[in-house]
Amino acid sequence: MGAQLRVYKRRIRSVTATKKITKAMEMIAASRVVKAQRKVRASAPYATELTRAVTAVGTGSNTKHPLTTEADAPTRSAVLLLTSDRGLAGAFNSNAIKAAEQLTARLEAEGKEVDTYIVGRRGLAHYNFRERKVVESWSGFTDEPSYADAKKVAAPLIEAIETETADGGVDELHIVYTEFVSMMTQTALDARLLPLRLDEVAEEGAAKGDEILPLYDFEPSAEDVLDALLPRYVESRIYNALLQSAASKHAATRRAMKSATDNAGELINTLSRLANAARQAEITQEISEIVGGASALADATAGSDR
Amino acid sequence: MAAELHVALVAADREVWSGEATLVVARTTSGDIGVMPGHQPLLGVLESGPVTIRTSDGGTVVAAVHGGFISFADNKLSLLAEVAELSDEIDVQRAERELERAKAEGDATAERRADVRLRAATAR
Repeated sequence: MGAQLRVYKRRIRSVTATKKITKAMEMIAASRVVKAQRKVRASAPYATELTRAVTAVGTGSNTKHPLTTEADAPTRSAVLLLTSDRGLAGAFNSNAIKAAEQLTARLEAEGKEVDTYIVGRRGLAHYNFRERKVVESWSGFTDEPSYADAKKVAAPLIEAIETETADGGVDELHIVYTEFVSMMTQTALDARLLPLRLDEVAEEGAAKGDEILPLYDFEPSAEDVLDALLPRYVESRIYNALLQSAASKHAATRRAMKSATDNAGELINTLSRLANAARQAEITQEISEIVGGASALADATAGSDR
Repeated sequence: MAAELHVALVAADREVWSGEATLVVARTTSGDIGVMPGHQPLLGVLESGPVTIRTSDGGTVVAAVHGGFISFADNKLSLLAEVAELSDEIDVQRAERELERAKAEGDATAERRADVRLRAATAR
């Protein structure tokens, strides 16, 4: 076999192996998306009921709470960025990081200090490499977040917002995550969790149910209910964002792996054509060598006869 | 016709139980409360404790609920809990082990959680 042909054959073998791997990763991601989507749906009833309850307290009473009132001049914000632990997901992580950087720039332009909290190794690596300060970070659960994980993430954030700004607390809490719109579309977006805009929450609820909320009897009191309710609300929002990010990550992985598989297939086609051409060239050369040799021999014998 | 109320017991990551009931007893921070159909709209904070639901077919459902909220309006009652388990889902032996361990370590929250589980499991 000619040297050229051997090189092509070897490359085809290696690309075929890569294709098998990416194909397997694509299938794994596809099954995980479905699972993650199911988890997002399973968490919906709790989130809806909680939103309803928050709206009920917010609209049904004139309670003032540090978590719902805006500071006169907010000076510090916390930004929670959700990324994934592992890459191979196309632009998933860089989109989320970009969205967080835009938000940070916007907040800084408004004259606020920004504390960054990060979930996921990828985001943390990005910030560490650029030697930016990260207040706290978590990793290890981004593929399948549980409610306990969301609680773990929410705890220091709630503590920070309840602390006075002068003592190192924050006035606002923003979250950057990737919304799972559909299998094909996932968008990185930022949202302000706290202070709560009650009218916005109410609008959200009204859009869904179009109902008038009754006058509730609060047990033990509206303040206490709100006190207990708002941290749970934050946890549930973070939980939902974690689940959506996980689903988006798997969808992004699936897409990235699908195009990798397609590219590998294309490469195999091109390489097989080149290998065929090389083999053909080899055969042609051999034939012409034989023909050339035979005619030289014929010429030689014809000469010696005379 | 006996009045009924619709109950949804929802944990953070799933719907634990839902159906029609005639009476729901739960423990709020200010004491036990029983809700029957036609109760006035209510929103309360739950203590961790067993919740008893008397279903309209005469059965009883007991669940261990660890913190959360009760809200009632329009004959619809929702029990929101971070963690909620039906009594028949509770592994008694595991809960007993947890209780021992929590007592040994002096972990009050874990002890309370295990205790609630056991009480719910025995109440069925």
